[in-house]
Amino acid sequence: MSTLPPLAAEPETEEVKPAPVRPRGRAAARLLPPTRLTGPIPWVIAILIALVVIAAAGGLALRNLATNARADLSSAVSVQVIEPNPDLRAARGAAAVKVLTRMEGVQSVRLVPEAELVALLEPWLGEGATSNDVPIPALIDVELTGSASRADITRIETALAAQVPGARVDAQGDFLRPVYEALSAMQYLALGLIALVALATAAAVWLAARNAFAGARDTVEIMHLLGASEKQMSAVFLRDVLREAVFGALAGAGLGVGAVWLLGQQFAALDSGMVGSGGLGLTDWLVIAMIPLIGVLLALVTARITIALALRDML
Amino acid sequence: MNDRLAGQVKFDNVGLRYGTDPEVLSNLSFTLYPGSFYFLTGASGAGKTSLLKLLYLAQRPSRGAIRMFGQDLITMPRERLPELRRRLGVVFQNFRLVPYLTAFDNVALPLRLAGTDEKKVVKSVGDMLDWVGLSHRAHAVPPTLSGGEQQRVAIARAVIVRPKMLIADEPTGNVDPDMALKLLRLFESLNNRVGTTVVVATHDVHLLKKVPDSLIMRLHKGQLSDPTGALRYPPRAVSPGGGEPE
Repeated sequence: MSTLPPLAAEPETEEVKPAPVRPRGRAAARLLPPTRLTGPIPWVIAILIALVVIAAAGGLALRNLATNARADLSSAVSVQVIEPNPDLRAARGAAAVKVLTRMEGVQSVRLVPEAELVALLEPWLGEGATSNDVPIPALIDVELTGSASRADITRIETALAAQVPGARVDAQGDFLRPVYEALSAMQYLALGLIALVALATAAAVWLAARNAFAGARDTVEIMHLLGASEKQMSAVFLRDVLREAVFGALAGAGLGVGAVWLLGQQFAALDSGMVGSGGLGLTDWLVIAMIPLIGVLLALVTARITIALALRDML
Repeated sequence: MNDRLAGQVKFDNVGLRYGTDPEVLSNLSFTLYPGSFYFLTGASGAGKTSLLKLLYLAQRPSRGAIRMFGQDLITMPRERLPELRRRLGVVFQNFRLVPYLTAFDNVALPLRLAGTDEKKVVKSVGDMLDWVGLSHRAHAVPPTLSGGEQQRVAIARAVIVRPKMLIADEPTGNVDPDMALKLLRLFESLNNRVGTTVVVATHDVHLLKKVPDSLIMRLHKGQLSDPTGALRYPPRAVSPGGGEPE
């Protein structure tokens, strides 16, 4: 064994060589021990991604519901003619219809038939709705060509004031303002939940990467002293993190989409007009499809930063 | 740049302390010339391992200046250190083999880190394992190798990249005298044939006589003494590799 064999290294040059190509594929695989998806981290990521998918789907559905409801009611105005005398009420109702029909910016005017009003009120007032003991105002549905602004309401009130005293004008959207505000709050809640779960995902990946690094510290030190660059050492760890994150993200997305589909079926069975308008469109599904991808990217960035910080302790 | 300047390692008033403890190495000023063979001796705790750590770039000095192969280590950015480390071969006292990699893969590690083509890796590692007499153990993992076999794997890993400087920490500590002599001959072969600078830390005084023309650096309580004139300027011994020392 005294004869030195020919060696692989290139002849020496005095210039510092550029960074080598990062070991890939089988070569990279030989630098760290083979790992299997046996730890809890892929499942933690799966659960967190499932929660994000459910929260995002909920938030998007609420947004759609609020948007559709706003669109339906934004140009609608109700005019109530409050008059206990039925004949006078009918006359003033007709007069109001005339005034409103002539107004600019009004697309349609409909005097709601009294029978329809009675039918609407009967569930709350019972048989009292059909007696004359409870005066029911005449109700006129007005559809404007654009959204009903405060100025439009004032303009209608002014136009009606002379001929229809006691007329009350309301934008129908105002009735649902508390509902919109509640929906908006729930959307913010969903966003907050997504942010919290994203933080939890990053924390889980940080712990996993730190533990993996601590477990392989001896190997990393050896690689370091043999001339491995930070990129090379990160790359072999990131390979495992990527595998775990992809598994967790796909499993989580599957769980989340399954849960959303089941919830969708439940809500669809309610057959409620408002709930029905809260379905998910193609764009929404595309946004949901981005979640596992973003989860994997978040995991990679977190792991990269964690490993870079750990490597900084070495010279 | 002059070849000899580019190949040398120069310490100038170097000190090393860990944290706020007193210095473990003080006022080290010396030059290692390319192609020379140095023994680093000293009692336990004299600072041999600390000095080796500075040499194989595991540690930065607390003060002073170090130039290695024409590069200033003090001002060199951290991300360029790996390139310099790839010019070194290190045999650690406890071998530091990767326990789950085979002997073959352990020896191949520096080549793969340097991005060497896999066909070349297979050929070179095969030759190197032949050289250290371990071809038949190529697929064995370190825990199944004897101490001497592990040591030879560690040496093969250190020399496979044809290092400019080989640093060995007590490389004969775990082998019998015959094997110790064989290992020394390997280092001499590398030193003579490739012109690699060799630094061997040992406290085995018998070894020092086995390598003709070797130079001795002695550490005592963190200070260097120079019994063979190895650290003189110019060194007293002949300068291997031809030419006059700077």
